[in-house]
Amino acid sequence: MNIPYILDERPDTGLTNSKLGIWIFLASEVMLFGGLFSAYVFLRIAAPEGDFDYWGAKLSVPMATFNTLVLITSSVTMVMAWASLKLKDFEKYKIYLGVTILCALAFLVVKYFEYTGKFHHGVYPASSTFMGIYFTLTGLHVLHIIGGVAVLAYFWSPIGDKMYKEDSELLASRIEITGLYWHFVDLVWIFLFPILYLL
Amino acid sequence: MATESKESIEHHIQTYIRVFIALGVLTVITVAVSYLNVSFIEAFFIAMTVATIKGSLVLGYFMHLITERQMIIWILVATVTTFIILMFIPLISLTDQVTTWN
Repeated sequence: MNIPYILDERPDTGLTNSKLGIWIFLASEVMLFGGLFSAYVFLRIAAPEGDFDYWGAKLSVPMATFNTLVLITSSVTMVMAWASLKLKDFEKYKIYLGVTILCALAFLVVKYFEYTGKFHHGVYPASSTFMGIYFTLTGLHVLHIIGGVAVLAYFWSPIGDKMYKEDSELLASRIEITGLYWHFVDLVWIFLFPILYLL
Repeated sequence: MATESKESIEHHIQTYIRVFIALGVLTVITVAVSYLNVSFIEAFFIAMTVATIKGSLVLGYFMHLITERQMIIWILVATVTTFIILMFIPLISLTDQVTTWN
């Protein structure tokens, strides 16, 4: 059974069902991360003077800066993968999507070293209020990255090749929707980076 | 974005590269500013302004929001408005500190 209005826009919404669906999902994600950002603000207001500065100074700014640049790169390669599909250049699509996956994996490796570095120094989520919200926010973000990598790998695999042969426009639509999710994950990090590492 | 022409997509690619460079430069600026000797309020204002510009670039160009249908814009406006209202509700408790601390 074919799902209706995946490639054609619905007359009443002017959108495809998949695009409307992903934007409503992203709206719910805004509320999820927004709630935690809000928690960060109120925890910071209520924290003793200098507490957040003391614990925040234990984080590695160079590692986080590297990760920011990695995620930005992954965002541009993601959108280039979609553009390559629209231009019917399947080889470039595979390269760009592959680079996106590699960037995501690089982000996770750096995050692993960040986390294990903290644990080796006896710093855990229970160590302080700052570390509690730091691990919650970044941990949730990492889960989103892992989920994204799984979807990207699915489309990069031979299953994606088969989809392209069957209906290239349908694959382009799916990559566009996946891209919207991936850019959102990048967007969340753009705000997490300054509030956790730089302020 | 389903009915884009080849020329239009090629034009988009140029824009994506420019946005990518802008995001990289803005990241470097954010980190550089964090090393300046400024007050927390000033640092917060600068960091959030740069993050908002970066976020707008990602939303506008990578997520194609500037050419997207009104319905999506309204979904996001409703979400952000609700979020701001919910975020400021706890602030009301700050006006009731006598009860809180007793």
